[in-house]
Amino acid sequence: MKYFDYAATTPLDEEILDSYTKLLKNYFANSESMHPMGLEVHDILEQSRLQTASLLRVKPEEIIYTSGASEANTMAVKGVAFAYKQQGMKLITTKIEHSSVLHAFEQLERDFGYQVTYLDVDENGVISLEQLKNAMSKDTILVSVMMVNNEVGTIEPIEEVKKILKEYPACKLHVDCVQAMGKIPVDFTGVDLATMSAHKLHGLKGSGILVKKSNIRLTPLINGGQQELGLRGGTTDACTQIMFAKTLRLALQRQKQAESHIRKLNTFLRDKLSGIEHIVMNSPEDASPYILSFSCTTLPSEPHRNALAAKGFCVSSVSTCGSKSLPGSYVLEAMGKEDDVIHGVIRISLDERITMEDAAEFVEAVKENVKQYGV
Amino acid sequence: MEYNYELILVRFGELSTKGKNKKTFIKQLQTNVKTALSGFPKLKYERTIDRLYIELNGENVEEISPILQRVFGIRSFSLAMRVPTDIDSMVEAGYQACMKEVDAGAKTFKVEARRNWKQFELISDQINRRIASYTLTHSNLKVDVHTPDFKLIVEVRQDHTYIMAHTVLGAGGYPVGVGGRAMLMLSGGIDSPVAGYLTMKRGIEIECIHYASPPYTSEQAQNKVKTLAKMLSQYQGKVRLHIVPFTELQLAIYENCDESYAITIMRRMMYRLADRLGHNRNCLAIVNGESVGQVASQTLESMQTINIVTDMPVIRPVVTYDKLEIIDIAKRIDTYETSILPYEDCCTIFTPKNPVTKPNPEKAEKFERKFDYESLMEKALQQTETMVILPKEESKHSDLF
Repeated sequence: MKYFDYAATTPLDEEILDSYTKLLKNYFANSESMHPMGLEVHDILEQSRLQTASLLRVKPEEIIYTSGASEANTMAVKGVAFAYKQQGMKLITTKIEHSSVLHAFEQLERDFGYQVTYLDVDENGVISLEQLKNAMSKDTILVSVMMVNNEVGTIEPIEEVKKILKEYPACKLHVDCVQAMGKIPVDFTGVDLATMSAHKLHGLKGSGILVKKSNIRLTPLINGGQQELGLRGGTTDACTQIMFAKTLRLALQRQKQAESHIRKLNTFLRDKLSGIEHIVMNSPEDASPYILSFSCTTLPSEPHRNALAAKGFCVSSVSTCGSKSLPGSYVLEAMGKEDDVIHGVIRISLDERITMEDAAEFVEAVKENVKQYGV
Repeated sequence: MEYNYELILVRFGELSTKGKNKKTFIKQLQTNVKTALSGFPKLKYERTIDRLYIELNGENVEEISPILQRVFGIRSFSLAMRVPTDIDSMVEAGYQACMKEVDAGAKTFKVEARRNWKQFELISDQINRRIASYTLTHSNLKVDVHTPDFKLIVEVRQDHTYIMAHTVLGAGGYPVGVGGRAMLMLSGGIDSPVAGYLTMKRGIEIECIHYASPPYTSEQAQNKVKTLAKMLSQYQGKVRLHIVPFTELQLAIYENCDESYAITIMRRMMYRLADRLGHNRNCLAIVNGESVGQVASQTLESMQTINIVTDMPVIRPVVTYDKLEIIDIAKRIDTYETSILPYEDCCTIFTPKNPVTKPNPEKAEKFERKFDYESLMEKALQQTETMVILPKEESKHSDLF
C-alpha cells in the first residue's frame, strides 16, 4: 500500500516510539502523587511543557495538554464563549472550519443562544475580510479562523484578521493550527488561543495541546482536580503528553529538511494531474504544499477512492473526520464549486516519505481510472 | 543597497562614570556577556570606550535578547544597522529601517539623530529632517513627535553611523565579579532570592548556603532551592550551592533551649555556619533576605542578638522593603512562582507559639551553653553537600525530549 493521506494521520516516528515505550515501562506513577515516583513523572511532564513552550515561543503556563485537537478546539471555543458571556454573545467563525470547531459553534448557537456569523470564502477558500470587518461589533467575544484548511490546504490570511481584531481588544482570536504546525511558519503573537495535534506530526494519537495566552479565561468543560490549571480534570496521561515536546521538536526539524522535497512533489503532482482530462484542481496555487485536492468531474469520489485502493493507494475524499456523515464536501460547497466537482473530490496529503516514483505511479493510476471508469 | 540589522549595540550602565576602574569594569562586562552568550559561537565582539558591538553573523537575536537582559552592567541595547557616515547612506538605511517598522504595524515615527562626532557636516536637526522628509514622501508614515509608534535613532560616529528603531532596557547595575564575593542565605522563600539578585546587581558574586532538615523538610523543598539557585545563576553564569544538614542542630535547640528563644538561637546557628563556610570560600560578607519587623526574629533587638555571632558584614538588601515591593521584584525576576510553592521549610516546622520579640545576647548564650553546638556545627559542615548550578542544566531525561 502507498499511503497518501498524511493530513488524516501519520505513522509514528521510531524515536517517539522508543521514548514512549521507555516511559510506559518506567514511569507509571500518577503525576499528581506527592511521593518520589509521582514527583519524578510530574517533573518530566513539566520539562516537556517547558520545551514545548520554548519551541512555540510562549510561556509554559500557556500550554494545556489535551487528548487531541478536537478536544482543544472544543475547549477553546466553548470555554471562551462561556467565560466571557457577560461581555457579549456574538461569535464569528468560517464555513470551512474543522468539524470540531463548526459543531461547537453550532451547539452554542442552537442550545445556548449565542449569535454566530459563519464567514463565506471565495473560490480559493479564502475568507472574506470585508465580511469579517462588517460582522465585528463591540459584543463580539470570539473569532475563530483556521490557519490551513484541512481539505484543500488554503492558507487563511491570519495576519489580516489580527489587524482587524486590533480595533476590538475585548475580542479573542482562536486559530486552529492543526494542518499548519510543522508545515508552514506559525506566529502566535496576537493569537489568544491555538490548537494542534501530535498524530499529524508523526506523534501519538490522543495527544494535542491548546495554547492559551495567560490573560485569557476559560470555563472548564471537564471538571475535576488541579490538572492542567484546573481546566481539565482527570488523571493525566503523562506518558502520552510528555511525548509532545519531542514530537514538536522533530516536526520543526523536519519542516526545514522536507520543504524542498514537498514543493517538488506538489509541483509535479499538480502539473501532471492538471494535464489529465476531466481533472480540475481544487487547492489554490498558494495553498500549503502538503495538501492537494483535485476532482474528477466524470468519476465520483467513492468509486474513485475504491479504484485507487485497488491499485494500492490510500487517499481521502472529504476530510476524514466528516467522511462518514456528510454527503459532499462542505468546504468545496462553500468555495462555490459545481456539483460534479464536489462529488468527485480526492484529497491527497504529502510527507517526505513519499518518493517522486510514488508520485509518478499515482499520476498513472489516476489517469487509468479516469479513462477506465469515468462516465 | 539593502541594509539589515546585523549587530547589537550595547550601552554600558553606571560604569560609564567610574573614572579609573572603568577599564576593569568594561573588561569584566565583556567577559560576562561572552559567558552568557557562549551558546552562540558565531557572534563577534568589538569593544570601544563606551560601547560593546556584537556582530550577529546569522545568530538569532530573539534568543540572545532575553539573555542580554540579565547581564548586569548593561544600561540598554539595540538592534542596529551599521552604515557609512554619509548623509545619503543614512537616509537610505533610515528609510529601510522605517519600512521594517511599517511591516510590523507602525503608523507614526520620529527621527532622533545624535552626533557623537561633532565634525559631521550636518547638525542633528538637519539629519532628522533629511531622513524624515524622504520617509514621509515614500511611505504612509506620519510624524508624531510626542508619542510616536517608534523612534528612529541615528547615532553618528566618525567611522560608522548606527541606525536603530528600538531600545531594550538592560538590567543596569555593575558587572558581577567586580565587587568581590558574598555568601547568600538562600531559604526558598520570596525574600532571599530577591536579596541575592540585588546583591549581584551591585557587582558582587554570590554563593548560596541552604539549611536542610530532613525529614522535616522534603526533597521537594530542596529541589525548589536548587531551582531558585538556577534562576540566580543566570545573572552570573553559574552559582555554587552549599546544602548544610541542619536536623541535628535543630533537634538539639528544641531539646535544650526555651521555646521562646528557639528561633533566635536557630538563626544564630545559621549565621555561624554561613560565617565559617563564607570564610572558607573567601567570601567577604553574608547576604540574606531579612527585613525589619516582618516576623519576631526580625525586630532590631533580634537582629542585634543574632548578628553578634559574626564579624562579617551582613548585607540585607531588602531590609526596608515592604512585602509587596519584594514580591514585585520577585515577579520581575521570575523567582516568585517558585518561591510560593508550598513545601515546609525548617523555619515553619519548629515555629514556637510565643517567640521572644526582644531577645538579648546574654540569655541566648545561656541557653547555648547547655549543649555542644560546636561539634554539631563541625559535623554539619563536614557533611555539607556542595554543587555547582548552571543556568541550563542537561536533564537526565533529555533523551525523552
